[in-house]
Amino acid sequence: MTTGAVIMMVIGLGITWGGASLCIRKAINSQK
Amino acid sequence: MQKRETWSSRTGFILAAVGSAIGLGNIWRFPYMAYDNGGGAFLIPYIIAMLTVGIPFMIMEFGLGHKFRGSAPRIFSSISRRWEWLGWFQMLVAFVISTYYVVVVGWAICYFIFSFTQAWGTSPSDFFFKDYLHLTGSPLDMGGFNWPILGATALAWVVSFIAVFSGVRGGVERLNKVFMPLLFLLVLAFIGRTLMLPGAAEGLQWLFRPDFSAIMNHQVWADAYGQIFYSLSIGFSIMLAYSSYLPKKSDINNNATMTVFINCGFSMLGGLMIFGVLGYMAVQKGVAVSEVVSSGVGLAFITLPTAINLMPMPVFFGVLFFLALTVAGMSSHVSLTEAVVSTIVDKLAMSRKGAASVVCGLGFLVSIAFTMGGGLLLLDIVDHFINNFGVLSCGLLEIIMISWFCKLDELQGHANATSEFSVGAIWQFCLRFVAPIMMTYMVVMNFYTDLNKNYGDYPDAAIMSFGWAILGVCLVLAFVVSSKEMAFAGHTGVNGNFLRRR
Repeated sequence: MTTGAVIMMVIGLGITWGGASLCIRKAINSQK
Repeated sequence: MQKRETWSSRTGFILAAVGSAIGLGNIWRFPYMAYDNGGGAFLIPYIIAMLTVGIPFMIMEFGLGHKFRGSAPRIFSSISRRWEWLGWFQMLVAFVISTYYVVVVGWAICYFIFSFTQAWGTSPSDFFFKDYLHLTGSPLDMGGFNWPILGATALAWVVSFIAVFSGVRGGVERLNKVFMPLLFLLVLAFIGRTLMLPGAAEGLQWLFRPDFSAIMNHQVWADAYGQIFYSLSIGFSIMLAYSSYLPKKSDINNNATMTVFINCGFSMLGGLMIFGVLGYMAVQKGVAVSEVVSSGVGLAFITLPTAINLMPMPVFFGVLFFLALTVAGMSSHVSLTEAVVSTIVDKLAMSRKGAASVVCGLGFLVSIAFTMGGGLLLLDIVDHFINNFGVLSCGLLEIIMISWFCKLDELQGHANATSEFSVGAIWQFCLRFVAPIMMTYMVVMNFYTDLNKNYGDYPDAAIMSFGWAILGVCLVLAFVVSSKEMAFAGHTGVNGNFLRRR
């Protein structure tokens, strides 16, 4: 894979799953 | 009045909402859309669409469902009797989708069984069209009954029936608590093995290589917004019904944002899964990935079986893929059915069990048409018109109604009051300007395209009777059911002060 393709894959996975994990962490923290 | 059911836990609600949003489109539509619209560069408009329409719209729907606690027609009727028809139109669109969507789930069930022996043989295309579907040459020629498809469709309806019949907690929530972890497990196992195959990286290269010139193309942006809108189950009564079962002190904003992120993250996983396989297939055949790429029904039931034939562990890959497809489709179908059933319960004060029996029984009878020899062609036409005009118009009208004719500040205040983070002016801007502009563009382009040329070169009679006529019938029925004599008794206008001007 080219560097450009790897970067775009990381951006796509990072923003979606990173965003989801932030939301989940916020939900867990608010329950404590 | 019956006390409204609630979800037993926040996790249960999130899994149900995610289960509804994640469907066949995440697996067979998103990867091709990305590949065809600039590869990795498509992710830029896609992510912008997710942030500017996906999340704001989802927050709006969760907020409406939670604030007014009812199915779509009841919510709109309680705001203004003039808008009740929109709720019914949304519900009818959901019902029509449920009648053909379930048939595709039926195909996936059959293929799950076929995958143990690769019953599709060496020519999956011939097998699918001739041996399996017994496809006729025209949507006007219905052909005969197809018992295996009819049986699988009946099974899928039974699963939805049991889920909806058993209630929000005992059925819908319980089913999604099993289905969603299972789906992620299946997809991750599939990806884990696929990425070790030769050529998988080449497939991902084709999916993610960025062609930044595509960003200048307005159609790419329209496709990105369309992909976000269609994949989130927003705008046609499902999320309104689901969020109406939230307990009073429930988060709105974080739940909505989480649902959207997980759905879009799953689409990315779908891309890895499909293009990993396509890359391997291309290497085995000695051709470029562009020569094997496809989407939709062709991808799932022809290309994937062809690829599975070439794979080292065909049973493993076949079972995993078609089980994942079945689970993804089934959880979405349950949500479609629930949206319709909750409306019937609200309107007729019928018991949930009675409403589930009527809706699933009637739905199954309509589904029979899609299981017959001409079913695929019929499904293709109905799906095109219902999605491109029905779902899109429903969403557009809802967002215009709420963001321009209602007190958006009040909804914002309601959502923020119980949420873990607040939304403000940017959220309102996205709802009032970005979403309506993009959706209006899509509706206008769809009308322009379809009025100039028959979709799929189908004959006029087929387009009129299975496309425009079905939309027209839904619209007329929506107005009839919401007429003065039949409007929601006891609910009409009770939330009228939510309107900006009365």
